[in-house]
Amino acid sequence: MTLLLAIVIGALYAGGVYMMLRKTVVKLLIGLAMIGNAANLLIFVSSSVVRSHPPIVPKGSSAVPAPYADPLTQALILTAIVIGFAVLAFALALVKRVYGEVGSLALEEMTVSDE
Amino acid sequence: MVTPALAILSLFTLGLLAPFLFALLPRHAGKLLCLPPAFWCGWFWSKTPASGQTWTSPWIPELGITFSFRLDGLASLFAILITGIGAMVLLYTEGYCGAKPGSGRLYGLLLLFLASMLGVVLADDAILLFLFWEATSVTSFLLIGFEHERANARRGAVQALMVTGGGGLALLAGLLVIVQQTGQGRISAWGPLAGDPLYLAMFALVAIGCFTKSAQFPFHFWLPNAMTAPTPVSAYLHSATMVKAGVYLLARLSGSLGGTEVWTWTLTLVGGATMLTGTLLALRQTDLKRLLAYSTVAALGTMVFVLARGGAEAASAFAAFVLAHALYKGALFLVAGAIDHTADSRDAFRLGGLWQRAPVLATASTLAGLGMMGVAPLAFLAKETLVDGLLSPPDVPSLIVFGVMAAGAVAIAGIVAFRPFFGKADPAIADGHKPDAPLLTGPAVLAVLGIVGGLTPTFVFERIGGPVAAAIGGGTDPHPWALWHGFGAPLAFSVGTLALGLAVYRAWPAWIARAAPWPSFGFDRAYDAGLRGTVSVARAFTRTIQNGRLRAYLQTTIATFLVLVTLAAVRWNPSPQIRLDTALPHEALLALAMLLAVLAAVRSVSRLAAVVTLGVVGFGVALTYALFGAPDLAMTQIAVETLTVILFVLTFYHLPRFARGSGTRTRAVDALLATGVGATMAAITLVASQRLLGTPISAHFAENSLAEAHGRNVVNVILVDYRGLDTLGEITVLSIAGLGVVALWTFGRRAAKGGSA
Repeated sequence: MTLLLAIVIGALYAGGVYMMLRKTVVKLLIGLAMIGNAANLLIFVSSSVVRSHPPIVPKGSSAVPAPYADPLTQALILTAIVIGFAVLAFALALVKRVYGEVGSLALEEMTVSDE
Repeated sequence: MVTPALAILSLFTLGLLAPFLFALLPRHAGKLLCLPPAFWCGWFWSKTPASGQTWTSPWIPELGITFSFRLDGLASLFAILITGIGAMVLLYTEGYCGAKPGSGRLYGLLLLFLASMLGVVLADDAILLFLFWEATSVTSFLLIGFEHERANARRGAVQALMVTGGGGLALLAGLLVIVQQTGQGRISAWGPLAGDPLYLAMFALVAIGCFTKSAQFPFHFWLPNAMTAPTPVSAYLHSATMVKAGVYLLARLSGSLGGTEVWTWTLTLVGGATMLTGTLLALRQTDLKRLLAYSTVAALGTMVFVLARGGAEAASAFAAFVLAHALYKGALFLVAGAIDHTADSRDAFRLGGLWQRAPVLATASTLAGLGMMGVAPLAFLAKETLVDGLLSPPDVPSLIVFGVMAAGAVAIAGIVAFRPFFGKADPAIADGHKPDAPLLTGPAVLAVLGIVGGLTPTFVFERIGGPVAAAIGGGTDPHPWALWHGFGAPLAFSVGTLALGLAVYRAWPAWIARAAPWPSFGFDRAYDAGLRGTVSVARAFTRTIQNGRLRAYLQTTIATFLVLVTLAAVRWNPSPQIRLDTALPHEALLALAMLLAVLAAVRSVSRLAAVVTLGVVGFGVALTYALFGAPDLAMTQIAVETLTVILFVLTFYHLPRFARGSGTRTRAVDALLATGVGATMAAITLVASQRLLGTPISAHFAENSLAEAHGRNVVNVILVDYRGLDTLGEITVLSIAGLGVVALWTFGRRAAKGGSA
């Protein structure tokens, strides 16, 4: 499954980069979201792939019995998911505002900073 | 203990306080501020003949840099000139500026310059010297651009800074090479360096620094343009002191760098070219200050020319000329300023008959003019000493060059010192006001000193000429200064140049009246072209690199990333071994769904389709988390993904449809880049999943979360306990982004309303 996930991650990165290179700023954001997901998955896979063993201490035990999925990467990814969402929400609001000001979503027309 | 450091420090402090003093006593600031420099002038004079006393205290011992000062004959001569003429100039400034607002800054800058210049000539540590050297460049920049409302003052200031600052960089490099090679930061400890393998680099770099500072050909052009400074500044910095810093340093290092053929030839040729250029260009000017500036260029050339020769006799002649020149040229500059004040004109061609209106000024001007002609005692003595050196044995080319310079000086002296007072006046020249005492004291004192100094040659030689020869000439001058050398070749030379100069003086008005304006001369324009070129290259470069097109930035970033990762992979060869762990059917199905979603997203033409595919990818990721032991991630991901899709759709409501896509070629390039990134990241994933660079700390959390934090869900414990501050930061980012979203939505609406109203 690691190989399959690696392929999925590669495909997500490739798709994300391709979308970011499109002309319209909305596709750029979709690409950004895809790369965000890919990065989270990368961190997830890089620790270890363990099926169905969440890092939760069972009743009557004092520690998590091995094997278990790595809790630290999960904590980091959780933070990353939330931050990624915050960035995306802000970017979407910005795009809406930019369209209101510039009247276009074409990145080629957003090259002048001070007007 | 009274030390040179105290002199520098006190004058520097005085410079900082000067504007406040001016604010309190605007009409007496010059009289008061000239006293401390005058005191220090007396102190330096009382120390002569100085024999090389040093003061040292550590500064940066790790780098061998010290606060060390040294007072020998050479330093003493310059220190006396700097403080003495500085005092005269400060006094003169009072008459020149009066209580004009803003003059406090002029006093302050003049004093800061004075202290810096004193530092240059007293410093014995190479780095310390360089610091003071740069300080003179910076204060000079501020002083030239003092009347910064005028465009040509700004241009002159920037030009002077570019030329002398650029030379300063070369000087720093040269000094560092010498320090590196000798292992010694103290200038006085440097022995002869001619045998060093890097001698040529040292000499070339130091020489560039000195030549730019002292306005030597071909860097002479900045000095006349610096005449946009107020006249006290021109008199002080650009004739008596700062421009002599380069000459001073050449003299100072003549013991270490001098004595070689490269030294002799370079200094002779550059000095000679500067003498001729300065003299010839001076005679084409009509502005008093520009005339004086070009003749200063010629005089600086003479000093370099003399230093080329080396030895005690040349050193003694150098000292005599530096002293004489500082006195008469300083006086003439001050006179020019006073004429400007009196007649509201600096046009040497039209001025005349001012002696009736300003008899004292006329007298001072005459005395100084006689000095420049080489007739007044001190200057005569200097000239005779110089010619003496050139005659034994006779050096015909040098004599001719020096003869041209001397004759030119006679003519220029006639034009600037006599013609405005005794020539025929142009009736168009306005009636000005009479110069008052502070305006007259400076020129008068300097001019009289030029006479008196020459009348007591033995005394002045003991105090100045002899010590300078001992400091840089390596011995005592066998011929002490004397006013009368008897009838001989030197006298004949003087008479000859005087006659030639007077002839040029008589021909000058007709020549100026007839002369068609030359096309403005080369080097100044070359400077402009160089500056323009630099700016346009920078602009073109910026336009290429910072073109404002996101696509280009992304492509560059991605390509760089690919190249770097490839290079790293080649170097470290991680050779991922594909671990063929099992994939259950439903997992494979999930992976396939995500792959198809990515493909659909890339190929989507409608906005809704794109968002739906993005949603499929997101929920696929959430399912992956759920399948592999991460329920918390799965829940969060589902919540976030739902919100993301809603946000996209909400935003799309306000946005237009997707525009037409890119061309095939563009898409092919993008697809290539994207595939490269995808393949690389897949490989990185495989490598990362196999490699452990250290023992993970996860086990610690898994074992202790219940005992230490009383939580069974280890991920939650890490988030809210072990890494609680991280989570606080995360929440803060989320809140700020939320505020930003609200602001962007609401303010946008209000602005739109305001716009339509």
